[in-house]
Amino acid sequence: MPDQNILEVREIATFYGAIQALHGVDLDVAKGEIATLIGANGAGKSTLLMTICGSPRAQSGSIRFDGEEIVKLPTHEIVRRGVAQVPEGRRIFPRMSVFENLQMGATISDPAHFKQDIERVFAMFPRLAERREQRGGTLSGGEQQMLAIGRALMSRPRLLLLDEPSLGLAPLVVQQIFEAIGRIAREEGVTIFLVEQNAYHALRLANRGYVLVNGRVRLSGTGAELLANAEVRAAYLEGGQT
Amino acid sequence: MAYFSQQLINAITLGAIYGLIAIGYTMVYGIIGMINFAHGEVFMIGAFISLIGFMICSLLGIGSAPLAILLVLLLAMAFTAVYGWAIERLAYRPLRGSFRLAPLISAIGVSIVLQNYVQLAQGARPKPGGQIVSGGYNLFSADGFDVRVTWLQIIIVAVTLVLMTGFTWVIARTPLGRQQRACEQDMKMAALLGVNVNKTISLTFVMGAALAAVAGMLFLMYYGVIDFFIGFLAGIKAFTAAVLGGIGSLPGAMLGGLLIGLIEVFWAGYFSSEYKDVAVFAILVLVLIFRPTGLLGKPEIEKV
Repeated sequence: MPDQNILEVREIATFYGAIQALHGVDLDVAKGEIATLIGANGAGKSTLLMTICGSPRAQSGSIRFDGEEIVKLPTHEIVRRGVAQVPEGRRIFPRMSVFENLQMGATISDPAHFKQDIERVFAMFPRLAERREQRGGTLSGGEQQMLAIGRALMSRPRLLLLDEPSLGLAPLVVQQIFEAIGRIAREEGVTIFLVEQNAYHALRLANRGYVLVNGRVRLSGTGAELLANAEVRAAYLEGGQT
Repeated sequence: MAYFSQQLINAITLGAIYGLIAIGYTMVYGIIGMINFAHGEVFMIGAFISLIGFMICSLLGIGSAPLAILLVLLLAMAFTAVYGWAIERLAYRPLRGSFRLAPLISAIGVSIVLQNYVQLAQGARPKPGGQIVSGGYNLFSADGFDVRVTWLQIIIVAVTLVLMTGFTWVIARTPLGRQQRACEQDMKMAALLGVNVNKTISLTFVMGAALAAVAGMLFLMYYGVIDFFIGFLAGIKAFTAAVLGGIGSLPGAMLGGLLIGLIEVFWAGYFSSEYKDVAVFAILVLVLIFRPTGLLGKPEIEKV
């Protein structure tokens, strides 16, 4: 196991107006691993991912990326340091082509390796190559998810944040997406922090897992430990979700 | 026929000027969903800077009209762009994320400030600009009437076409234009990809202001007279053009400008020149009632 942490979140509190969504979250993600965060709807999972990117900004606490404090930086500066996000709902630019969406993904990267990067994305998701001139808004859910992941990879991130990539997708497509995520971690050496409602898939893939309940980390452990944990099984695995 | 052709030439010229101003409205609306009611004043500032520019040119003894126009064009665009930048920075950015009416109110405030500032600094009287380009070309004669297109009209339409083509290219093909479109479609996502959203919005104001400055210069050359109040009416007409074309749509703004020019000139030519503004604003009312998305505008699509 790698020992160095690429992401260290300490005592993070985030508010939406007067409502507190995160109540002092602590967690670590080690370089090169796949970490996952599971939890019920409204537990604050997406809020945590967005807070890491500075939008919304944390009210208090510390977030260190590769040793550097980023909690006060504007979003685009955080992204420039090597954090990419595949956000909740994918947020494809609907009136841009697949190609333009990928170009947007390369906003911060050196134009010199654009060609190489886009070839890599097309190799990973050949469907995107077939649809490169199609408008993002007309893609199917699975294709949009592939595009969202591909777009995030275009910036050559060191840390990839994924927010419920399996949401609303057919089982076969979910399988493909999870395979791709595993490949990105293994072959590209990208550290992955995955938020999932599909706890079973996520914990099986992950080296380390956290369970978020009402804006606090309730449990943590290796993926296998959490899969075996009675509380996790009762709340997230045997409640009808597989 | 001859009368009609002459009116058509005049209408296209006027429509070109409205179209240039309308682009500024439509772009700012597209990116931050706000009507910049100070944009008419930016156009007025552009006209005044052009006037000063032409005076400097004649002081320096620059006799060649094309050279003088080019120099004044660049000067007016540069200075007016600074105004556009400063307006966004001082009056709108601090209010981003505030309630929706706040930037609207500050826009009207900026508009009043700029009008009064120019009135105080330049005086309230209309300023003659002098004739920079004269002469023209007689197309044909019929019914004892010469149909004439002046060199100035050709310059106005040509400058407008070049700028609109260049501008459309920037929006469609360059990284900057792509970032502007991304901000327009999903500002938060654009930031998550590393786009500096504040800078992109600033540049949108700057580009809109630069085009309005060109419109100001062309207006000055066409009418020969300006005062501190020209921004109000021209601004509202260009706003009407943007709404008619579909606010947020770039080709819509150009088309809307052309149509407003046609309506105004033909109404004045065939019905009554006192009521030409009434005709234009009646169009605004009708569009808002029957087709609020405009001719080329897209209906608001709910994001999934």
